[in-house]
Amino acid sequence: MAKKRVSRRKFLVRGALGTVGVLALGTYVFRGSIRRVIAKKLNSADAPYMGDTSTPLIWFEITDDNQIILYSPKVEMGQGTFTGLAQLAAEELEVDVSQIKVVHAPSATGNMDGFATGGSTSISALWVPLRELAATMREMLLIKAAEKWKVDRDKIRFSEGSFYLGENTMTFAEVTNGVSEWEIPDTPELKPTSEMKWVGKPVPRVDLKDKVFGAPIFGMDASLPNMLFGSVVRPSKIGSTFKNATFSEAEKMPGVIKIVLEKDFVGVVAKSYQEAENAKLAIEVEWETGEDWNTSAIKSMLTVGKGKPFTIQKEGDVEDVFESTEVIVSEYWSPIGAHAQLEPNGALAHVEEDKATIYMSTQVVKITRDEIADRLGKDKNQVNIVPTFLGGGFGRRLHTPNGIQAALMSKAVGRPVKCFFSRKEEFQNDTFRPPTHHVLKARLNDIGAIEAFEHNVSSGDVAFGSPMVPSIAEPILGADLGAWRGGMVQYGAIPNYQAVSWRIKLPFATSWWRSLGLLANTFAIESFMDELAVKTGKDPAQFRLEHIQKDDRGDRLSSVIKAVVEKSNYKDAVVKERAMGFAASTDASTPCAQVVEVSITDEEIKVHKVFCAMDPGLVVNPDQVRAQCEGAIIMGMSAALFEKMEVEKGELTPTIYGPYQMALMKHAPKEIDITLLQGSETPGAVGEPPLGPIGAAIANAVFRLTGKRLREMPLQHYLNS
Amino acid sequence: MEISFQINGENRSVQVEDENTPLLWVVRDVLDLKGTKFGCGKAACGACTLHVDGEAVRSCSYAVKFAKGKNIVTIEGLGTPERPHPVQQAWVEEIVPQCGYCQPGFMMATAALLSKNDHPTDEEIDANIINVCRCATYYRMRKAIHRAAELTRETNLQSTENS
Ligand code: FES
Ligand code: FES
Repeated sequence: MAKKRVSRRKFLVRGALGTVGVLALGTYVFRGSIRRVIAKKLNSADAPYMGDTSTPLIWFEITDDNQIILYSPKVEMGQGTFTGLAQLAAEELEVDVSQIKVVHAPSATGNMDGFATGGSTSISALWVPLRELAATMREMLLIKAAEKWKVDRDKIRFSEGSFYLGENTMTFAEVTNGVSEWEIPDTPELKPTSEMKWVGKPVPRVDLKDKVFGAPIFGMDASLPNMLFGSVVRPSKIGSTFKNATFSEAEKMPGVIKIVLEKDFVGVVAKSYQEAENAKLAIEVEWETGEDWNTSAIKSMLTVGKGKPFTIQKEGDVEDVFESTEVIVSEYWSPIGAHAQLEPNGALAHVEEDKATIYMSTQVVKITRDEIADRLGKDKNQVNIVPTFLGGGFGRRLHTPNGIQAALMSKAVGRPVKCFFSRKEEFQNDTFRPPTHHVLKARLNDIGAIEAFEHNVSSGDVAFGSPMVPSIAEPILGADLGAWRGGMVQYGAIPNYQAVSWRIKLPFATSWWRSLGLLANTFAIESFMDELAVKTGKDPAQFRLEHIQKDDRGDRLSSVIKAVVEKSNYKDAVVKERAMGFAASTDASTPCAQVVEVSITDEEIKVHKVFCAMDPGLVVNPDQVRAQCEGAIIMGMSAALFEKMEVEKGELTPTIYGPYQMALMKHAPKEIDITLLQGSETPGAVGEPPLGPIGAAIANAVFRLTGKRLREMPLQHYLNS
Repeated sequence: MEISFQINGENRSVQVEDENTPLLWVVRDVLDLKGTKFGCGKAACGACTLHVDGEAVRSCSYAVKFAKGKNIVTIEGLGTPERPHPVQQAWVEEIVPQCGYCQPGFMMATAALLSKNDHPTDEEIDANIINVCRCATYYRMRKAIHRAAELTRETNLQSTENS
C-alpha cells in the first residue's frame, strides 16, 4: 500500500473510487438514436459525483478540540445539503453530528465538483463516495491508534470521536498527534442502512444558528481590511456589447479611486458603495445594440415547428395513429422567469502579485476558478475561490463573470475590491428561465384510453450555451437536457408516444432555473392529461393510473398518486366554492403527486391547501426533505400564478420586486401536507421534483371552478384576460 | 459629518461624507454589522429591516441623518444563542431558514409586530409581514410567528406577575 505524506492539520484522505462522466464526452460515436438512450439515462439516473475522489484532496480536518471539519465540494444555498453531508459522515465516523462542522471547500483544497451544485444531485451523488471517505478515515485513525497502543486493532472500541482500550482513551485529535505519514487502507465495507443512526433522522440544520442570529456567512458579507467597492456599468438593453466609455467626470467624483476600463466592461472603484454607485451614473458607455426586441417578437420566435427538432423519446408510432384518426390538440405557454434570489450576485476579490483570492457565492467553484485564472493570466493553482453560503442559488450562480470583473478591478487598484449587482441589474442581466411553447396531441380510443400521445416543447436554451456543457457535447446530446427536463411522457402504458424538443436561440441569456424545464413541461403535459380525463369522464387520478406501465418506475409513480389521493380525500367536484386539482410528475427518478384545494374570490386565485406525496428514495433527513417540498411548492406556485418578465423596447422588465410579482406570506397555503415514500434504497432528487406538479394542479382546479382552461402561465394574469 | 446614535445598546458615533447615505450601508460597512442584508435598495423586499426606536424600518431607504439620537436594534442585538429573543427561539424550534438571507429581515419585522400585538391573527400576519423570501419559507414562518407570539405572551405574563 502506498504511503502518503500528510501533515496533521491537512488531513488528506484518499478514496479508492472511480467516477463516470455524466455527459459521456470524449467521443463522437453517440449519434442519432443512441442519443435517446443517453437522454433516457439522464432522465432516470441520478447524476454521479463529478469531482475527483481518486487523488488526495482535503475532505476532512481534525482540530485540536477534536472537531471534525468536513470540506464540502457542494455549496449550501438553502437546500440543506450541509446537514445531509454531516449525517452521512457522522454515520461512518461514528461520531455525533454536532462534532462535524461542514464548511465550503476553498478551491485550494482541490476538493471541487467539476460540474456544479445543482440539479438536485448533491446528496445522491455523494451518498456512496462520502461515506467511503469517512469510513476510510476512520480506518486510518484506527490503524494509528493500534500502532500507538501497540495492540491489535480488533481490541479497540470507538465512539463519539474517541478510541477506547480498557481504561485508556484517545480522541481522534490525539491519535493524529505527531503522525506525519498515513497508510491508506482499502475502502472498508459500509454500514448497512438498517444499522444507521443518523440517516433518516430529522437532524436540525447545521447552519441553523448562524442563520437565525445573523452571522456574516454570505458572499455579500465578506470583507477584508483595506477593502474598496467596485461597481460595473451594465447594459439595460438585451444583446448589448460593450464598445467604449468616457469617464472624465466620473473620475473626479468624491471617493473615486479609479475607473477601470477593460475590453468588455467599465467599472468604478471607490471608497464606499454609495460613492461607487454615484460615480457610475457619470460614466457614459457606448454599447453596440441589436434589435429592439419585445415580448410578442420573442413569443413568435418561440413556436413549435421553428428551430431544430430533436426526438427525445419515442415508443410505437404516433404519426401512424394521428394520420388515420381524429386528434385532440392543445397548446400551452410559459413566460420568461427571473431567478430573483435575494442575495444579489457579487464577489470580493483580492488579487496580488502571485495569487488571487475570491470570496463569492457560486454554484460552479471550479469553473469560476478556471475562468478567473484564465482572464488574469495566472496559474489555476494561484487562484483560490473561497465559496460562501449562497443567499439563494436556483441556477442563478452557474454563470459567474462577476467574479472576473471584481478580480480585474482589484488587480487594477492593488487592493481588495467588493463588487455586486444592483437589483435592477439583477433583473436585467439575469440568465432567465426560458419561455416555452408546447403543442400536445393525443388520440383517445373508444373505451377512453390514450392510444397515442405527443408532447412538443419549444424552449430557449437551458443547459446548452452554459460553461458546464461544452459546445462539443451539444451534437452528442442532441437536445437540451435542461429544456426537456420533465418533458418526457411518464405514462408508459400508452402504446404510442413521443416527446420532441425544439431548440430556439433567444437574443438574451437563458439557463437553469430551479427544476429547469420541469415546471413548464409538467404544466403543459398534466393540464393536457386533465383535459383528456375530463373528455373521458374519468376521475383524473384514476385516468393517470390506468396509463402507467408496470415496472419499478411506474409502480413508484402509481404509489405517490394513490398516496396523495388517499391523504387529500380527492374529489373531482366543487365543494363549498372550493375545487381540488390534481397533477403528477417524475423528475430525475423522483415521482411526485400533488392535490391542491383552490377557491377564487374577487377574481383572485387562492390556494388553501396542498397535499404532496413524493418518493425520493431513501430519505436522509425527513425534516429537510419536507422543508424542500414546502419551499418548492410555494416557489412553484409563485411562478405559476404571478411571475412574468416582459421585453419592452429591447429591455427586460420589471426590474424590482413588487412589479415582478412573487408569492408573499399572504399567498402561501395555510396547510401543506407531505407524505414521503421511500421506494428505493438510495437517496434520489429532492429539491426540484416537488416544483413539478403545482402549476398544473392549480390550473386543473381553476378549470373545475370556472370551466375555463388556463393554457398560459402566470395563471392569475390570464384568469380574466 | 458626525452622527451619533445608540445601536444594540451601545452609543456610537460615525463619520459620514454624505448624510443621505442609507443607514443600511453605515450599519454594514462602517459598523461592520453584516446581519442586516441588502436585497433591493428600494424598500421592496425587507431584507434590510431593523428597528429604529422600536419601529421596523427598511434601512436601505432610510437616510442615516434620520437616525441621529435614535435607538437602533439589528439582528445582532435582538438576541444571542444564549439569550435568544422569542422570535429567534421560535425560528430555531420550527427550523425556518433555508438559504437564510431574508431571515434577519423577517425576524426583525416579526419582532416589531409582536411588540405591539402579541396575539396576531393570520390576517394580521399577512398584512404586516410583507417581506420577500425567495426560498418561500412562508409556511414555517407563519408557524414560527404564532409560536413566537406564544412565547412573548408567556414572557409578558411573567413580567406582569413579577411586577
Ligand atoms: S434592501 Fe431594503 S427593502 Fe430590499
Ligand atoms: S430563506 Fe432564502 S430567501 Fe428566505
